[in-house]
Amino acid sequence: MTLFDKFLRIRELGIFSIIVVFVIVAAIIDPRFMTLDSWRAVFLAIPLILVMAMGQMMVIICRHVDISIGSILAFSAIVIGLLYIQFPGLSLWLSLVITAFVGLVMGLINGFIVTRFNVHSIIVTLGTLSLYRGLVFIVSGGRQIDRNDIPEHVVSFSQTSFLFSIPGILIFSAIIVVITHLVMRHSVLGREIYATGSNPVAAHLKGINVTKVTLFCFGICGMLAGVAGLFYASRFGYVNPGVTGVGIEFIVIAGVIIGGTSITGGSGSVLGTFLGILLLGIINVALPVLNIPGEFQKAIYGLIIVIALALDQLIIYRMKKLSGGLNA
Amino acid sequence: MLKQISIYLSENPTLRYWIVRPEWVAVILLIISIISSIQLSPFFADLAFIMDSATPYVEYGLIAIILTLIIISGEIDLSIASMIALTAVIFGTAYNAGIGMPMSIVIALLSGTLCGLFNGILVTKLQIPSIILTIGTLTLYRGIAQSLASDFSLGGYPSWFIGIDYRYVGIVPIPVIIFTVFAIVVGFFLSSTIYGKQLYLIGTNPQTAKYSGIKVDRVKLLLFTLSGLVCGIAGVLTTSRLAVARFNMATGAELEIVLMVMLGGTYIFGGRGNIFGTFIAFWIVVILRAGLNVARIKIESQLTILGAMLIIAIILTNYIYSKSQK
Repeated sequence: MTLFDKFLRIRELGIFSIIVVFVIVAAIIDPRFMTLDSWRAVFLAIPLILVMAMGQMMVIICRHVDISIGSILAFSAIVIGLLYIQFPGLSLWLSLVITAFVGLVMGLINGFIVTRFNVHSIIVTLGTLSLYRGLVFIVSGGRQIDRNDIPEHVVSFSQTSFLFSIPGILIFSAIIVVITHLVMRHSVLGREIYATGSNPVAAHLKGINVTKVTLFCFGICGMLAGVAGLFYASRFGYVNPGVTGVGIEFIVIAGVIIGGTSITGGSGSVLGTFLGILLLGIINVALPVLNIPGEFQKAIYGLIIVIALALDQLIIYRMKKLSGGLNA
Repeated sequence: MLKQISIYLSENPTLRYWIVRPEWVAVILLIISIISSIQLSPFFADLAFIMDSATPYVEYGLIAIILTLIIISGEIDLSIASMIALTAVIFGTAYNAGIGMPMSIVIALLSGTLCGLFNGILVTKLQIPSIILTIGTLTLYRGIAQSLASDFSLGGYPSWFIGIDYRYVGIVPIPVIIFTVFAIVVGFFLSSTIYGKQLYLIGTNPQTAKYSGIKVDRVKLLLFTLSGLVCGIAGVLTTSRLAVARFNMATGAELEIVLMVMLGGTYIFGGRGNIFGTFIAFWIVVILRAGLNVARIKIESQLTILGAMLIIAIILTNYIYSKSQK
């Protein structure tokens, strides 16, 4: 096999070429799209979703879906916002630890119910989606955390940093992406996640603790959603109990699925997920440039999810056919 | 004592079949919620008040009944709430385009049917798991509704069309009558016709059902299409009740609809459940919501209780079925 053949076999090539074509078309229609400002907008829109997508990808590889992440984000954002009102001097690192912990606990609750009672994760997280959202309202009393409640050093986290004044959340999310890649590709745990997703029964027989692996995925997914809560507070400067994080789970799931992660579990990569989220971010910024009203965004995302699901299913069908139906 | 009961029950399978059923959980919950609500406020003993509180949930109840059939056959449809909004918006757009009321209603129902058919085709032909596919179409349909209506409220309907919840027969509002009749018809269909029995077989074991000569794919396609049609009806009913159609109506309704089905003791993995349970669960949700409103708990905070109830209902149902399978 030549190097070129190997190159063509990279699974992420499809999504990458879609991105390239999309960018070229957008740039031809309106050259303003290629300015530094719009790319800055793309890379400022991404980190929040990218961080959540890393956790969601692990859960989907593990054959589950967590749709409560939007509410977890809102809860951790409201908790950290209320803490800032009490202690304006709270350091960034401590806030990170607090939000991560809040998210971790909520994610573990999801994972516990899913693994202990063996119910489909979408139904469980549909319940916790509302449960956590209700908690957001109870904890905050329905009040919004305003811009002047959030301290200056937290707001600047999403605007600049010591390193070439690249926004701090961008650097931080890049670190999370690299760590996730290392864990998924080069650690025993990562391989166990893939094994669990591709065949839970076989994984169990092989001596993998499936319950523990599933709990880990849900825990990390919740934790990263919690961290995204801090990003949200930093980036948008307000937290509204009824608005923050509503519907964001579908954007995250869309990004993960079009990134080539199979919903039947066991396959998917960090690079693909990153490219999927990048495509969504580019679409988000390109719509106004291409004179498409913002109302169409949700419909386009929905269409992308459905097409990606259909393609994924066609790939599985073809692979079954190639392997003579043995690999069911 | 408990041990004696369980031994006695295991010796009498017929009795156990009738006693160890998740529907009784729903009935007990209903009685508990009625009693505690009456403690809360004496006005709860008023049947007319409960009937009035039920009207906003009738649209959800209608869909919950069809969703029961879908879950019994081993699939699920989560795009229901988005289909309500989409059909309502299409109805509003069509009426405001000036094509008359009967034609608008036909178009709304037709669009709902098409949405359901689309779900059904993707599930049966491409074999995409319905639980994840309908998460995708949930976003798609809501997005189409938003593209059509933008942020406007589509109103301006004639007065005879508005306020179906204010028409009564005796003390019973018309929507409640529609819901009850629909529940009885579908309940009869499910329990007493061969097609109903086929649904249970499909949910229990689709392979066996296929080899027994049941056209599994066609039945599932029909169910998803029916779900779309009923969502269309619900969309028109909601528009009549609210007098406007908006893209964000019925947001989060999938929670309440799935809750109604789950509380009614339908097994999430298919093959078990009945309409009676869903019917009782509908009234639990109605009384719970009304009770929480009387107790002046914020609508948003009520989500916590509904979400917790959904999880508890699933765990309880699974537990009871695991006991009765022994």
